Amino acid sequence: MILDSKIPEGPLAEKWSKHKFNVKLVNPANKRKYDVIVVGTGLAGASAAASLAELGYNVKAFCFQDSPRRAHSIAAQGGINAAKNYQNDGDSVFRLFYDTIKGGDYRAREANVYRLAEVSVNIIDQCVAQGVPFAREYGGLLANRSFGGAQVSRTFYARGQTGQQLLLGAYSALSRQVANGKVKLYPRTEMMDVVIVDGKARGIVTRNLITGAIESHSAHAVLLCTGGYGNVFFLSTNAMGSNVTAAWRAHKKGALMANPCFTQIHPTCIPVSGDHQSKLTLMSESLRNDGRVWVPATAEMAEKLRKGQITANEIKEEDRDYFLERKYPSFGNLVPRDVASRNAKYVCDEGRGVNETGEAVFLDFRDAIIRDSEDVIRAKYGNLFDMYQQITGENPYKVPMKIYPAVHYTMGGLWVDYNLMTNVPGLYALGEANFSDHGANRLGASALMQGLADGYFVIPYTIGDYLAQTPYTKIPTDHPEFQKAEAEVKARIQKLLDIPGEKTVDYFHKKLGKIMWDYCGMARTEEGLKKAKAMIKELKAEFWRNVNVLGGNEELNHSLEKAHRVADFLELGELMVDDALNRNESCGGHFREEYQTPEGEALRDDENYAYVAAWQYVGEGQEEVLHKEPLLFENVKLTQRSYK
Amino acid sequence: MNLTLNIWRQKNNTDKGGFREYKVTDVSKDMSFLEMLDVLNEQLAEKGEDPVHFDHDCREGICGMCSLYINGKPHGPLQTTTCQLHMRSFNDGETITIEPWRAKAFPVMKDLVVDRSAFDRIIQAGGYVSVNTGGVPDANEIPIPKRVADEAFDAATCIGCGACVAACKNASAMLFTSAKISQLALLPQGQVERKERAEKMVAQMDAEGFGACTNTGACEAECPKGISISNIARMNREYFSAVVSSENV
Repeated sequence: MILDSKIPEGPLAEKWSKHKFNVKLVNPANKRKYDVIVVGTGLAGASAAASLAELGYNVKAFCFQDSPRRAHSIAAQGGINAAKNYQNDGDSVFRLFYDTIKGGDYRAREANVYRLAEVSVNIIDQCVAQGVPFAREYGGLLANRSFGGAQVSRTFYARGQTGQQLLLGAYSALSRQVANGKVKLYPRTEMMDVVIVDGKARGIVTRNLITGAIESHSAHAVLLCTGGYGNVFFLSTNAMGSNVTAAWRAHKKGALMANPCFTQIHPTCIPVSGDHQSKLTLMSESLRNDGRVWVPATAEMAEKLRKGQITANEIKEEDRDYFLERKYPSFGNLVPRDVASRNAKYVCDEGRGVNETGEAVFLDFRDAIIRDSEDVIRAKYGNLFDMYQQITGENPYKVPMKIYPAVHYTMGGLWVDYNLMTNVPGLYALGEANFSDHGANRLGASALMQGLADGYFVIPYTIGDYLAQTPYTKIPTDHPEFQKAEAEVKARIQKLLDIPGEKTVDYFHKKLGKIMWDYCGMARTEEGLKKAKAMIKELKAEFWRNVNVLGGNEELNHSLEKAHRVADFLELGELMVDDALNRNESCGGHFREEYQTPEGEALRDDENYAYVAAWQYVGEGQEEVLHKEPLLFENVKLTQRSYK
Repeated sequence: MNLTLNIWRQKNNTDKGGFREYKVTDVSKDMSFLEMLDVLNEQLAEKGEDPVHFDHDCREGICGMCSLYINGKPHGPLQTTTCQLHMRSFNDGETITIEPWRAKAFPVMKDLVVDRSAFDRIIQAGGYVSVNTGGVPDANEIPIPKRVADEAFDAATCIGCGACVAACKNASAMLFTSAKISQLALLPQGQVERKERAEKMVAQMDAEGFGACTNTGACEAECPKGISISNIARMNREYFSAVVSSENV
């Protein structure tokens, strides 16, 4: 299989403009003859559904939540990047492009990333016009901040709830199109399969989560905007319902999955407090601007701390190890996410973790409070401190916060070309669900940017090119391919319900999560990955033999919903391990211990691994087939990241 | 901690439903309320009993999906979402009563799960600025005084959970509706459709079967995001000035 990325010819800065001119258009009067399915209503899905409906296409939008407003984009805190250069500090489209490519450790496509930077400025205009209340200066103009170690202030924000405000903006645009009759909403509906007719995506099969009804929906194109798969780790900062099912079913119908092992671990999350833990909560990265990260200098002292024989505040300055400041004097506590995370893991592995589980480090505001006063710190981070206190019961103004890394984002996803189309014609993937823009590591405040870029400003152009070449003819849902897909979905549900097992679905999910975290998490080794592969295979077999799915299909049944999702996570987990094993280098969030510089930093192998690893499903129980899309860098020079 | 839970169980939308008592043991104070229910459900599942269904998703207090009427208060004793409520707010040996939101416009679907699509329809009636993607002015061409932007923001933080309706003896949705009307009435972007929006959203709110406001302030007291009741005053003002000068025929 040859992967054609369809990157337009010409200089980098002109590719998108030229492409927009070259794509075929659908006459305004003919747009109403086309139906488009959008699965997922987060930033990518809601913005795509609204924008396509505005153009005149008939849209059906699906989400598993009770309302499109609840998609997990809503939980993004920090902000959204845009190359507006409102601060006159030297930002530009090229600089945002460069930072994103470099931050991704040179494992993303230049053309896609440049386009992302290019349309970033339009996103801010669009959101403001919708009434999104971004932070403002006293003069009434928009405020910016620097985020995630960026050298310029290009992040637009709405307190600590930027994702919420952007999503509500997209949701309002979507709601307007529902009122106009151009979008039909299907909340509490889960996509169970993609239907392919004559090699093209022509619809989906869904399950109504309230009644259990299995239904078919036909269209001319299908957009998967279904987010990331971080919940394969069981514990992550994702919402409880976030899952890989839609993307995975598409994968099993032929869509390639790209770079699945590229996952991002966020350094500042509230640590696990016990076995009951259901999810992890992120504390905004902005805290590292004022907080100092440390652990006790010795394992003995940490032991005393864990036993409650001493408290953090009693530990003297010389007995503290500010390990990020020590190892990275120029960036200090502001090193990128992957570096901060890995170093927290190392000190905890040395037995210097500071909570009962031994998996936490301190984030201490003592010095900032002495320097700036408690009021200044409260004004900056008050809501985060309150949230921390609510969850942990500890007052971070008085005792240092405890933090630990947690799975946060997945850079990998469905392989797409420049038009955001997967290798299956008519099947698109947008937002976190695709692999396209962040390479091996995503920069802070770039996820919101990508979701909205794909939905508002890319897909409205690129989908026309495909639809213009597609006949208006609709395929009825009694077509044999729909009937076949429905029958398969029903059979799978029955198979799950019929397993005479004893263990709960969560039992398997937790076990899988632990395997993934231990062997395919922050640091990976060949040996560990091989072990993980065998363990996942065994767990998968046990799942299909011994899971107990309660209730029936014709009702609201969380046990059945979860069983579907976990079954898919089990298969995805194995592919992630394969991908991590294949990539004999370290880059961004993928750190293979065998491949590091003498200083312990990620060591890329550009000669052999500057490619996108796109995996093809070839059948039950068979090893997936690897296809490589070489990455060509014509506009940036590949360098070793250094934050010393 | 050991607790007795008195939980509303209802098979589906047409079932009459009723309370059932459950015991949970070894509850840690660090658990969130929903994690405590996870523990109960895991125990029920092990016994092959149907778990208690409740809505939840982000578990960070922002998606608005979780609900629960706990000991007579929406989202329980603290002014927060149920997912952010922790068991340290309860005592060992306590009996906790858990019910779904109760409102005609929020029919119960199963156990503690209710249908809040009425809120979506209120937003669809006019909770937006009618701009299409593209063709909008540069973001900084619309300067907005910080004070106004902040006030609009306060209203915009509504998470649409429905606690205001559950807290209100009239099951009124005026805090929810007014938050959106306020946000857009304050901002320059919302001026063009200001009157029409107030009229349409209020009409939809009434059509959904929500009650009227009698100014008890229960909604504001229970709102996990602290949305102010002054938004209702602004909505009333917007609505009355819209109807007396209505351009709708």
